[in-house]
Amino acid sequence: MTQDQDVALSVKNLKTFFYTNKRCNKAVNGVSFDIKKGKTLCIVGESGCGKSVTASTIMQLLPTLSRIEEGEITYHSENGDIRIDQLERNGEKMRSIRGSEIAMIFQDPMTALNPVYTIGFQISESLKYHTDLTRTQYKTRAIELLRDMGISLPESRVDDYPHSYSGGMRQRAMIAMAMSCSPKILIADEPTTALDVTIQAQIFELMDTLKKEHGTAIMLITHDMGVVAELADEVAVMYMGNIVEAGTVDEVLRNPTHPYTRALLASIPVLGKGKHQDITAIPGSTPDPYDRPNGCQFADRCAYRIDACDVMPEETQIGRTHRVMCWRHEEVGANAAE
Amino acid sequence: MSMTNTTGRKTSRLDRQFDLIRRREEAGQLTNPRGYRFARKFLSNRLAAIGLLIFTIIVLVSVLAPLLTPYDPRAIDLRNILKPPTWAHWFGTDKVGRDLLTRVLYGGQISILVGLGSALASAVVGVLIGCYTGYVGGWRDALAMRVSEIFMSFPQIILVLLLVAILGQSLSNLIIIFILTGWGGIYRLARARMLSLREEEYVQALRSFGLSTPIICYKHILPNALGPIMVNITLSTAAFILAEAGLSFLGLGVPLDIPTWGNILNVAQDLRILENNWWVWLPVGIVISLFVLSVNFIGDGLRDATDPTQQG
Amino acid sequence: MQQNKDVILKLRDLKAHFPVKAGVFKRTVGHVKAVDGVDLDIYRGEVLGVVGESGCGKTTLGKAILRLVESSEGQVIYCSGDEQTDLTTLDNEGLVPYRKKLQIVFQDPHSSLNPAFTIFGSLEDPLKKYGVKSRAERRKIIGDLLEAVNMRPEYMDRYPHEFSGGQRQRIGIARALSIGPELIVCDEAVSALDVSIQAQVLQLLMKLKQEKNLTYVFITHDLSVTEYICDRIAVMYLGRVVELCDSEELYAHTLHPYTKALLSAVPVADLDKQTDRIVLEGDVPSPVNPPSGCPFHPRCQSAIERCKTDVPKLKRYEVDGRDHFASCHLVDLPEAV
Repeated sequence: MTQDQDVALSVKNLKTFFYTNKRCNKAVNGVSFDIKKGKTLCIVGESGCGKSVTASTIMQLLPTLSRIEEGEITYHSENGDIRIDQLERNGEKMRSIRGSEIAMIFQDPMTALNPVYTIGFQISESLKYHTDLTRTQYKTRAIELLRDMGISLPESRVDDYPHSYSGGMRQRAMIAMAMSCSPKILIADEPTTALDVTIQAQIFELMDTLKKEHGTAIMLITHDMGVVAELADEVAVMYMGNIVEAGTVDEVLRNPTHPYTRALLASIPVLGKGKHQDITAIPGSTPDPYDRPNGCQFADRCAYRIDACDVMPEETQIGRTHRVMCWRHEEVGANAAE
Repeated sequence: MSMTNTTGRKTSRLDRQFDLIRRREEAGQLTNPRGYRFARKFLSNRLAAIGLLIFTIIVLVSVLAPLLTPYDPRAIDLRNILKPPTWAHWFGTDKVGRDLLTRVLYGGQISILVGLGSALASAVVGVLIGCYTGYVGGWRDALAMRVSEIFMSFPQIILVLLLVAILGQSLSNLIIIFILTGWGGIYRLARARMLSLREEEYVQALRSFGLSTPIICYKHILPNALGPIMVNITLSTAAFILAEAGLSFLGLGVPLDIPTWGNILNVAQDLRILENNWWVWLPVGIVISLFVLSVNFIGDGLRDATDPTQQG
Repeated sequence: MQQNKDVILKLRDLKAHFPVKAGVFKRTVGHVKAVDGVDLDIYRGEVLGVVGESGCGKTTLGKAILRLVESSEGQVIYCSGDEQTDLTTLDNEGLVPYRKKLQIVFQDPHSSLNPAFTIFGSLEDPLKKYGVKSRAERRKIIGDLLEAVNMRPEYMDRYPHEFSGGQRQRIGIARALSIGPELIVCDEAVSALDVSIQAQVLQLLMKLKQEKNLTYVFITHDLSVTEYICDRIAVMYLGRVVELCDSEELYAHTLHPYTKALLSAVPVADLDKQTDRIVLEGDVPSPVNPPSGCPFHPRCQSAIERCKTDVPKLKRYEVDGRDHFASCHLVDLPEAV
């Protein structure tokens, strides 16, 4: 299998539960996916679907009152496979992977940088930990990184504090920091949600370049189907802790086979389709995570609901890469093709 | 549930707790807790619950003092001077033969009145000013801020000496002095809460209806600022009780003929009593400490219970 | 032809400048020109979209209309029949009858309802103020309002934390409707909602507009939503309107280079409609020191000498017989149109 060599990280049947307020919330309830080198995997879903939890599980950045219940997270490093789920949360091994092998950027660039240190200092912090460069080399490398990220006058900007950077520049600085040790995998948790569209476009160009030039595997978490269409190579649609549909971007967007994916696509207005386009709202709202339906989590809002939906559907492989979790996927898929 | 640990890590106490919650959740035994989250969180805090218990006991026995003790707190009994604790006098007697337990109970009435009363009254003053000026801002805000700074920049003890000299020594004067020196802290707290709450969108919605300022700031915003204010009231109650005890010990507080915890302690200024008659000052000292400690525990409990960011 | 339409609100050279203070003595060192001279007519019964990036002044504009933010210059004229009233000149008392006509729906469903009050408690005071004396009547009105936004009347005795984001947003809409306004400013009303809920709220807004004959000023940064819901769109950049026309016209014949870049940058959830992104250089300049001339010229790829010095006016063009306003020197050049 040549395909396996491209896989940078694989997640199998991952379950992460939260135990706050003496309740158990099955935030991530059995998800599997691969992140491939030089490809972008988009995880798309609404708030509370578990997409961010999946990211923090991979980074082992979970809060105390939560736990990986089951499943495997395997990082395929150059020196063999590493089972991330078996590492100690803040152990030495995990810390050496974080930042240097797998890096993460966050949604809000305003709070993700420490306001009392210069940008250059914050970039060199992770260089200090993960590499053995000298003091002067840190600075040169930091300047280089900022230049790569498209920040003008990096020589003077490197000594600036975060408050003098604008939102877009801070997000670039964050990416510079994440890329400082040339990680194999970049996890981006809603990196442009807090930014304007014109700035978002700049960040997307940058991420595209990273993917093409460095072969970085990117896992992008978003709620915006538009972002998926623009950036993704592969998509995983999440709903209430499960991946309900996954495949290449063509498969999922052109031939959505899960009722949720279809409903989601039908509910967003598409730019350029004019004022008279039809949009169909999804009825109801996402269920209370402490009071979930027994079977398919989407059943209560689904137009295709049948009695069988009271049992959690199995994952069905309907193409080489396309898989879906729905009892009636054949009919849904046939409707989509019309 | 050994299967939950396929990862092979050691099971810790936390893990066992998680297993239990998960098992009960899956059996459908857990429901969303009913009743007030606030009361639940407060009572699950052990120290706060103990504090509340001690507080209630001390307040109750003080209020019910006439029913609990046969003695008059001011009745002088020269045949029983400085008697150590006996069955007749549990806490012993002082140097003019008054029953100390009785004095501690009656003294509690006054001390708690001074502490709680001054704390509540200064809170009312501070909140009324802080809410309004914090909400409207501008010169009113600046003026109130400067005035509170003047009051707070003055050493309290000197202010007290000054005011006692001007106003004379009496119970009501002491409460007035405490209000004058105490409103600043709670004013600042209320104002700071207002500054952030007034930017909330529901406030703007009320403004867009053209509702009047008092209705917006006292009726609609104030309830959202009450949590930290309540905490502050409990903590300043404790502080005022200590201040009363301290000032009365120095002879500057409540007039000596009224029994208060501070006035009972006052006799311990006498070195002979301090050395030979421990029952005169030790029990009342313990009661003061217990009461202040319990109020502080309640305050901490309230703070944790009203803070929505704390989970558990 | 547009002169014949019934105007409900006229904005004339509206400016909202906020002083920037610095130093120990709080001297004014400059002004944030959040809204810097906006002329707009809002027609009765239309949905006017105001789009732009953060800091372009769209939210300030919305709040200045309602006097939630005081404007520093210009007029907001409310028209009803022949009567015309400049709202900026009225004091709080005089404003009361107009408060009834103009309302607002906010962005953040978490901060737009008072957590300490039930829904009834939050919504009853405005009704009291506008003359609904009996409690039973207020309960009836609020119950009806909740039904109008597809919620159960019993919900009025619940607290905000018991509702989801979409439900809270609907309660926010019910509140705005409570005193029977004619115009509602929707300030990013659907931006904070999940996509599946967004469509519900959009459709609710459209339904209510039909039923109650409302006019909306729909402020948003989401151009896809704007195109769907709006009749006309005003694009703002650094406190000014740079382009204004019918919603479909804007997409069909974009005149201003900023609008072009904005439209191209929107990610589209349709693989067949992918366009080439025009990636703008740099960031939006600070509204304290806007660039000379056309505020967009430092980022504009086709800027000419004139753009650096002359401030372009919002001019009327006719494209396919329809009005189209834009403020750009390039449009005047013969080869541009």
